[in-house]
Amino acid sequence: MFIDTTSRRAFLKAAGAAGAAWILADAADIQAAFAQVARRRSEPPPYRFDALTAAQATDLEAVCARILPAVGAAPGAREAGAIHFIDRGLASFNAAQKPLFDEGIADLNRRAAARWPGTASFAALSAERQDELLRAIEQQPFFGAVHFATIAGTFADPSWGGNRDHVGFAIIGHGHEPAYQPPFGWYDSPANRGG
Amino acid sequence: MQQQRPAARFAPGETVDFVIIGSGAAGGILAKELSGAGFTVVLLEQGPRLTAAEFRHDEFGYFIRGSVANNPVTQPQTFRRSVTEEAVQGLNLLYGRFVGGSNAHFTANFWRMWPGDFNEATRLGGMSGTGLADWPITYDELEPYYTKAEWELGVSGEPGPLDPPRSRPYPMPPLPNKSSGVIFERAARRLGWHPQPAPLAINSQPYNGRLPCQHCGWCLGFMCEFHAKSTSMAVMLPLAEATGRCEIRPDSYVHRIETDAAGRATGALYFDAARNEHLQRARAVVLCANGAETPHLLLNSTSTRFPLGLANSSGVVGKHLMFNGNWGAYGLFEHPLNEYKSVQTTRILLDFHETDPRRGFYGGGGIDARFQNYPIIFALGGLPPDTPRWGESFVRTLAHNYNRTLYLATHSTSLPLESNNITIDPQLVDAWGVPAMRVTYRDHADDLATGRFLVDRAMEILDAADVQRSWRVEPAETSFSVHLLGTCRMGNDPRTSVVDRFHRAHDVRNLFICDGSSLVTSTRGQPTETICALAFRAGEHIANFARRGEI
Repeated sequence: MFIDTTSRRAFLKAAGAAGAAWILADAADIQAAFAQVARRRSEPPPYRFDALTAAQATDLEAVCARILPAVGAAPGAREAGAIHFIDRGLASFNAAQKPLFDEGIADLNRRAAARWPGTASFAALSAERQDELLRAIEQQPFFGAVHFATIAGTFADPSWGGNRDHVGFAIIGHGHEPAYQPPFGWYDSPANRGG
Repeated sequence: MQQQRPAARFAPGETVDFVIIGSGAAGGILAKELSGAGFTVVLLEQGPRLTAAEFRHDEFGYFIRGSVANNPVTQPQTFRRSVTEEAVQGLNLLYGRFVGGSNAHFTANFWRMWPGDFNEATRLGGMSGTGLADWPITYDELEPYYTKAEWELGVSGEPGPLDPPRSRPYPMPPLPNKSSGVIFERAARRLGWHPQPAPLAINSQPYNGRLPCQHCGWCLGFMCEFHAKSTSMAVMLPLAEATGRCEIRPDSYVHRIETDAAGRATGALYFDAARNEHLQRARAVVLCANGAETPHLLLNSTSTRFPLGLANSSGVVGKHLMFNGNWGAYGLFEHPLNEYKSVQTTRILLDFHETDPRRGFYGGGGIDARFQNYPIIFALGGLPPDTPRWGESFVRTLAHNYNRTLYLATHSTSLPLESNNITIDPQLVDAWGVPAMRVTYRDHADDLATGRFLVDRAMEILDAADVQRSWRVEPAETSFSVHLLGTCRMGNDPRTSVVDRFHRAHDVRNLFICDGSSLVTSTRGQPTETICALAFRAGEHIANFARRGEI
């Protein structure tokens, strides 16, 4: 293909083994996943989930929102609908990671209840407490998988279920128009090219 | 305008003049040249045929799911660094698996080799422990075909002061300079070097009925829906079909080249989409399957007469695999660059192309300034190394840096080594039951030294460019590549090479091999124009042989 070696290497290094699983999963049911997205988008909220229970989705979305939080007025992974990307993957091409997610979410809730008795769920904790628990599992495969999926779910093409209305692109200022004209940036605009 | 005829259709049992295996940079050109010369051609491509309406600007699909690439589940491969290691299954060699091949979604850098690149072994007095060898052709012999490739395909550029001599200018002026190119050019000049416009196989103007670049920004890894990228897919394959003598047959996975008792190739054995096996008969076979699949196919085509694999009496098939060095440095700037717009790169630097013996190692290369990462991979790997990987600080840095970051990519030599090669894995078979390829690769110390030398130069350019922050992508041993070179090298001696100077297999009179596997040395990290020039040259010679009854 196509991929510059450094991009691929950066990706593999950053994604680690957990992220790499997304690559190696079989490619058979992508079209079905797309169709599901189209169907889902035509439905009014509240959204149903295909792989996750509603409770799992709420906790997992809370994790996504700490990994890639809304900062200031900007949207984050929650607003981008990264959870729908993740659910879609777990229901189709990424089904192999479903047990990792099931166990990871259950583990987070056990940790929450042990650390702060009476806690109903990870999602019910304050952001500070959520971050404390996440820091403790940062090196675990579950966190690696959610980290990768949160980023992919925020910045992947919306046809995969996340990056709703391209808000992920808006966070970083990535344009997605089919055509542009020069000047493209500050340095190549005529006023700034001298010297 | 050429008279448009319906594309030809042939039955597999019908003997055509040529069966071509692979539809990328070389296969497309050979299909056009041979059908244009009056011969009947069937071009077999293992992947599907996609139309522009099916192309997607989808980083997750293309880069991460590999939706247009060879699939490591159905076509597994194994990798090891040396014969003493156990080969492990993974995805190490990647290529475009669709009509048009990797050429259809390449970045479109179009660099010529320099005259001295063709006889480095002689000039440097050889290099013990390596397979460094002279090419059997010279720059002067290939120059007319470099020019032909630039004009027939359509290339935008402007020669720099270090460029080799050329018989014609570029057919189109350079594309508009991007912010990365402005910064790079200014800084490199401050250092006394010679930055120049990047030669790109992308239209800067309307060309032969195709649109100019619309600056959408999706070149690197994506096909161009405007057909502004000058590729086999956009240019050569339509011309081949328009002759009325060429059939492009997608979803046709060739797994064996058949030979007869006399040792002549009789055709290509392939699976269709329904996994039915067919033999496409032909008077000659032209193999253009890329530097990984070409040797894979030859090594799988064993017979009583060819026990080591077809065209492999030398034992050289699969050896001298070369990847090209590909490292660099990131720079963060004060103002927005918006590098996601337009082509990946608009300025390059060739001052360090030559091997300089005073450095103490073989190798050279070029540097370009570019957009490197689409959003997902940027978020995972494009930030300064000390950035937190999640949380508010991560998001703030990501949002600030995305449009203020550029990358200086280094492109450099790999030495040809017998110990870097493609063989057949003794255990693994693919989903069709075909024995899988095993890759053995370890960078020569000089390749890594060349990489470090070029990254040092890239950092100097950033320092001269008022960069706010810069950080290195440090050369390290390679295990993944999209540049697949050298595995069926050209040469005059049948004992040390696979094909002769006209791309005819030394061992099989009616088998021709032309693609990245033909390269004797690795180029300075941008092999495509050389592959295209070789294909135009091979096409002319093969057509002449056929006319004279010399096949």
